[in-house]
Amino acid sequence: MNAPFIIHTGVAAPFIRDNVDTDQIIPSREMKSVYKTGLKDGLFAGQRYIKDRIPNPDFILNQQGYEAASILLSGQNFGCGSSREHAVWALKEYGFRAVVAESFGEIFYNNCVRNGILPIQLSAEHIYKLPKTLTIDLQGQTVNGVSFDIPEGDKAMLVGGLDPIAMTLQKQAEIDAFIAQDKVNRPWAY
Amino acid sequence: MEETLFDKLWNQHLVQSLDGGEDLIAIDRVFLHERTGSVALMSLVDSGRKAVRPEHVFCTMDHIVSNKSDRDKDDARTPDGDVFISATRRAAKKAGVNLIDVLDANQGIVHVISPELGIAQPGLTLVCPDSHTCSQGALGALAWGIGSTDAEHAIATGCLRIKKPRQMRINVDGALGSGVSAKDLVLHIIQTLGVDGAKRCAVEFSGDAISAMSIEERLTLCNMAVEFAAFTAIIAPDETTIDYVKGKKFAPSGQAWNDAKAYWASLVTDNGAEFDFDYTIKAADVVPTVTWGTNPSQAVAITGEVPSLDASSERALEYMNLRPGTAITDLKIDGAFIGSCTNARLSDLRIAAKILEGQKVASGVTAICVPGSMAVRRAAEAEGLDKIFKAAGFEWGAAGCAFCFYAGGETFSPGSRVISSTNRNFEGRQGPGVRTHLASPAIVAASALAGRISLTS
Repeated sequence: MNAPFIIHTGVAAPFIRDNVDTDQIIPSREMKSVYKTGLKDGLFAGQRYIKDRIPNPDFILNQQGYEAASILLSGQNFGCGSSREHAVWALKEYGFRAVVAESFGEIFYNNCVRNGILPIQLSAEHIYKLPKTLTIDLQGQTVNGVSFDIPEGDKAMLVGGLDPIAMTLQKQAEIDAFIAQDKVNRPWAY
Repeated sequence: MEETLFDKLWNQHLVQSLDGGEDLIAIDRVFLHERTGSVALMSLVDSGRKAVRPEHVFCTMDHIVSNKSDRDKDDARTPDGDVFISATRRAAKKAGVNLIDVLDANQGIVHVISPELGIAQPGLTLVCPDSHTCSQGALGALAWGIGSTDAEHAIATGCLRIKKPRQMRINVDGALGSGVSAKDLVLHIIQTLGVDGAKRCAVEFSGDAISAMSIEERLTLCNMAVEFAAFTAIIAPDETTIDYVKGKKFAPSGQAWNDAKAYWASLVTDNGAEFDFDYTIKAADVVPTVTWGTNPSQAVAITGEVPSLDASSERALEYMNLRPGTAITDLKIDGAFIGSCTNARLSDLRIAAKILEGQKVASGVTAICVPGSMAVRRAAEAEGLDKIFKAAGFEWGAAGCAFCFYAGGETFSPGSRVISSTNRNFEGRQGPGVRTHLASPAIVAASALAGRISLTS
């Protein structure tokens, strides 16, 4: 179960660029764990470190006041590319609770919701104006007073910290009825 | 009411519409690999849940498995990768799913073996924690990439909760020119529509140019739909599809085959059905295309130049060490790679071998060919293609994802310029500092011989 997301206040680190792919969020060579953990040191490894794992002073998370950021700001198509959920697990383990971007890669977006990270879509204009410390109210759907949209189902899952598998298993009777009929309609599929 | 092909597939699998705008969709097949599937299987087993239909779950080893010809069952191309392989093997056996292990004769890249074995079929929903699962829409399957948590969800419940995507049709009119491949077409489309041009869309490819394509070409085309942010891509099954699927290991047979075939004939978009977006591309406008930048939309005709663009491209130009105005064919290469789920099928290897026959790779170029599956490798060897590749100076590997991405082991040296039949040219994708240009197998082969990006040797 994920921690419920109701209201969150935290530092927002601006990493404003377009098409930040999941290879950048966690390079393949950093996916060293066969579990969902042990990934935070690999987060943004390509940009975060210079040679020999020395912190790159130019990278936002290495700059004073942003080390403990819990909100990430970015541009268009954040999380595009590989479906690797490790990207979301690494962000989560580092301490991120929300990502605010102009748009998201589809699989990444779904992975966020399933792991208790709130993906917020805002226009560039709004993102540029956000201050360093933000308060996100998911129930009210605002970031420092600016409204955002989120599908109702995603919101319910995040606010409740719900386990989608458990939710679906509650539909077992409907699933069984569907399968029984589907076996008649498409026997070759079974 | 007129329905699109996608509507028909969606409705056929709709268990229930849920509160909150999602639909509960039945999933017919789940495919896993050792990089992202092991987590799903272990999490399933740890939570005390079971696979509802383990016979419909398949697991292969492709991402980090070694590509050396003499590999053993635990050999990986990444440090400590053997842990992933053995953990996946253990979890797959425990969950009772179909395991296609490293040394299995059917081993290969998930998106290559899934059609090859008849696991992907028209009309089935198929998911895999891998973004290129959209490839299998080429067979008229509704196939899309998911995360590991959703993979666990699909295995445990036989369903996924999902918002119905928007729909886009891309009609490709006319015939592709001689020597213009499916890869050139998809790079052209991505360049035209932009890297998020099909955002949240299920894309149907249609038109004369698509009907004329082999299944292998259609797989290449659909493979890269995720590179312009599509939810998935799909092509209506036709005679070509049915001929391809027939007799495959996991395909229906006997009466089931006849029933399936009759149903598959209904899987077309009705005349008058509406799409949210409808584009037409003239096949005659498509030319051999190569990427110059760090995403697949940063592409240009091979006869063209590195473009001079806005500030957003500056970083790409800097990473790629390129100057605007440089002719693409003036770019010298250090490496050439034929492999990946995009372009490592038998037809791709045949095209490359035809160009390489009797020729030698330019000095200083590291050239590597890794077939997409062991079946492709065997078929290529039966035709003598391996001898042509090796005589030209190519390495000849065992099947897997190989140099399509860097896993921490051996790769091209930092800063090297590589022409690649793969799908992603992201910064560092093929190794730290490696500069990747995406292209068709024909261009990769010709470039390897010329030592520079080239259409002919």
